[in-house]
Amino acid sequence: MKNFIVAPAPHAHSGDSVRRNMLLVILALLPAYVVAVLQFGCGALITAAISIVACVGCEWLVSRFILKENRNTIGDLSAVLTGLLLAYNLPSNIEWWIVVIGAIVAIGVGKMTFGGLGQNLFNPALVGRVFLLISFPVQMTTWPLPKGMETAYLDAETGATPLALLKQAVKNGGRIADQLPSLHDAFMGAIGGSMGEVCALALIIGGVFLICTRVITWHIPVSIIATVALWAAATGWLGLLPADLTTGNYVAYSLCTGGIMLGAFFMATDYVTSPMTAWGKLIFGVGIGVIVMVIRTWGAYPEGMSFAILIMNACVPLLNKFRPKRFGEPKKA
Amino acid sequence: MKTFNIGGVHPHDNKQFSAHQPITECPLPKQAIIPLVQHIGAPAQAVVEVGAKVKVGELLAKAGGFVSANIASPVSGTVTKIGDMTDAWGATVPAIYIDVEGDVWSPDIDRSTNLIHQCTLEPKAIIDKIAAAGIVGLGGACFPTHVKLLPPPGKKAEVLIVNGVECEPYLTCDHQLMMEHGEEIMIGIQILKKALGVDRAIIGIENNKKDAIERMTRLANTQFGVEVMPLKLKYPQGGEKQLIDACIGRQVPSGALPIEVGAVVDNVATIYAVYEAVQKNKPLISRVMTVTGKHVEKPGNYLVRFGTPIDDVIALAGGVPAHTGKVIGGGPMMGRAMDHTENMPANKRLSGILFLDEAESQRPEPENCIRCGKCVQACPMGLEPYLLHRLFELENWEEMEKHDVMDCIDCGCCVFTCPAHRPLLDGIRPGKAKVGAILRERAAAAAAAK
Repeated sequence: MKNFIVAPAPHAHSGDSVRRNMLLVILALLPAYVVAVLQFGCGALITAAISIVACVGCEWLVSRFILKENRNTIGDLSAVLTGLLLAYNLPSNIEWWIVVIGAIVAIGVGKMTFGGLGQNLFNPALVGRVFLLISFPVQMTTWPLPKGMETAYLDAETGATPLALLKQAVKNGGRIADQLPSLHDAFMGAIGGSMGEVCALALIIGGVFLICTRVITWHIPVSIIATVALWAAATGWLGLLPADLTTGNYVAYSLCTGGIMLGAFFMATDYVTSPMTAWGKLIFGVGIGVIVMVIRTWGAYPEGMSFAILIMNACVPLLNKFRPKRFGEPKKA
Repeated sequence: MKTFNIGGVHPHDNKQFSAHQPITECPLPKQAIIPLVQHIGAPAQAVVEVGAKVKVGELLAKAGGFVSANIASPVSGTVTKIGDMTDAWGATVPAIYIDVEGDVWSPDIDRSTNLIHQCTLEPKAIIDKIAAAGIVGLGGACFPTHVKLLPPPGKKAEVLIVNGVECEPYLTCDHQLMMEHGEEIMIGIQILKKALGVDRAIIGIENNKKDAIERMTRLANTQFGVEVMPLKLKYPQGGEKQLIDACIGRQVPSGALPIEVGAVVDNVATIYAVYEAVQKNKPLISRVMTVTGKHVEKPGNYLVRFGTPIDDVIALAGGVPAHTGKVIGGGPMMGRAMDHTENMPANKRLSGILFLDEAESQRPEPENCIRCGKCVQACPMGLEPYLLHRLFELENWEEMEKHDVMDCIDCGCCVFTCPAHRPLLDGIRPGKAKVGAILRERAAAAAAAK
């Protein structure tokens, strides 16, 4: 009598895997990477490489020698993704050892202390980024100008970011239009900033790809972008903008500069640190949008996407209490 | 095109192997083993004794309670043994062993293929006949059909929903039955409408069976109060609650029966059996089953008398393929893996035999939950499988109950979709059993307190 394998149903699987999802996110990030290399030259290549190697290396060392796990989790590519995202949140000309410190904090503190993939409360790349922002404020906010391939790694020539200009203008009034980059440049990525966040177009392409391949759902990016847009529009309607900045332009600059697109499509949608249900995701996104605009308008920093996402990360266990609608559940009166 | 409104997944339907294969009759076995548990509810009680001579269609065992079903003899011959058998799923059940002698049918059965349209019986007589024939839901659950036709007091059926969805991948027996016996199914529908006192029937068919939709629509156009509803392909559309939602947009509340929203659901194979029982006096003694798999030599749809060893049917399909890893009784989503194929009799609940090769049979190593929420999106009951599984690990039955574990329909969408290959249902299923036991205890205690 031949005995076959016995296991409970189902006996079929979609073929989806953790690795596949991570790989698709990495793929979706590539357009922005191409723009970063074109704008910032070899610095973008070097910084990303250091970050990825440091993140993967850190994960391997921690799981091998501290957690003493037999299973190797490098293959799921989540550390590669964290490394890439961390690099996207750094200026391309930052010193290599700062990147390494960021990677150690991201993976070591942000991820592995909680028990590895799936267990961490906060987005690891952002934990690393915010640690660096607080520890190395000068290096972290000295962005190279987009000069194309001629830009040398560690090029120190820098300029004020559009967000800093906008913040000043909204606070103090005065003329601003001639100091801002054109909207076209802001959309296409010809502006200063962290290496991965400058090109809104590339990030939107990647984000739409992720939604179409069902890696992420629309709820988080749409609710973040809508909230930011609404807040910016309200600022204009209340007459708080300088005379030479229209409401429409302010909305566009708010969305296309800084970390909104990178954050909305790639950072806030991190599976582990975002809510599980549709309503939870929507509230999560609105919360991020509100916090980022509060920081941008009144906070000490010109940009607050990292802080906004981290703060909302902390709310996720609470947001998971929003149940999905059960089958047959009567509509609440 | 309509479908149900919450969750669902899209497994590859893999019906190409056995689709459109004509229904082939499986030869009679030398010995038939007839289990007395082929339905949900109490085991049937044997009414024959060892040594008795039986004809095809004679009663072997009568229903052992209100929720139970008669079992008629699928063969003619001599009863040689009445005793326990262990099936390939590991369950030990009472069974009747018959040495087959010829093929002598009970004389009141009409074995001709003539269509009999007219049914002059009263609803009560129809239901009695269905009960006598031992008909159970052939879609997989095997719930006794006559029980469904007797709504509890105060409830009234409004619509008969006919399940021609066959959402399980690979299986094609219902599809082929609609293609070959559509007329009989239409008459069966009219009989059930009469029994229920409803004037509307909806046949739900997924649109991967375009020829069946076309054929049934053409037949329905000649009928009064029967419509065909093509449905968008999505698993588990054949689930009773999902099908009702898809067809009439009503959701059966948690813990309630379809009759709560005025619906009664029956599978096409069940309805064909109703036709044969009511119009031809033929009890349920056989069913069409699909034998299939990527490496099966002659995948097809076979008409098999209950009690026939499945090895006989498998032989017709070319034998067990080399490198078979799993043999599934039923489809890949909800079917049960069998330990072996020897001495396993065909029965009312076996809608198919599926062979998966060794590679398909392996479960990948589970990884950490990455909290992607895909199981929540996939669950057709709107549950949170990741959470239920975690609560099971914590043995927190109270929270499991609060998170509606009893609503789980075992469809497997969560496991199918999980990128981390977590065995969610392996925890939810026993958790549901445990919570169910607690609920029954509580109800018993409450009844005792009164």
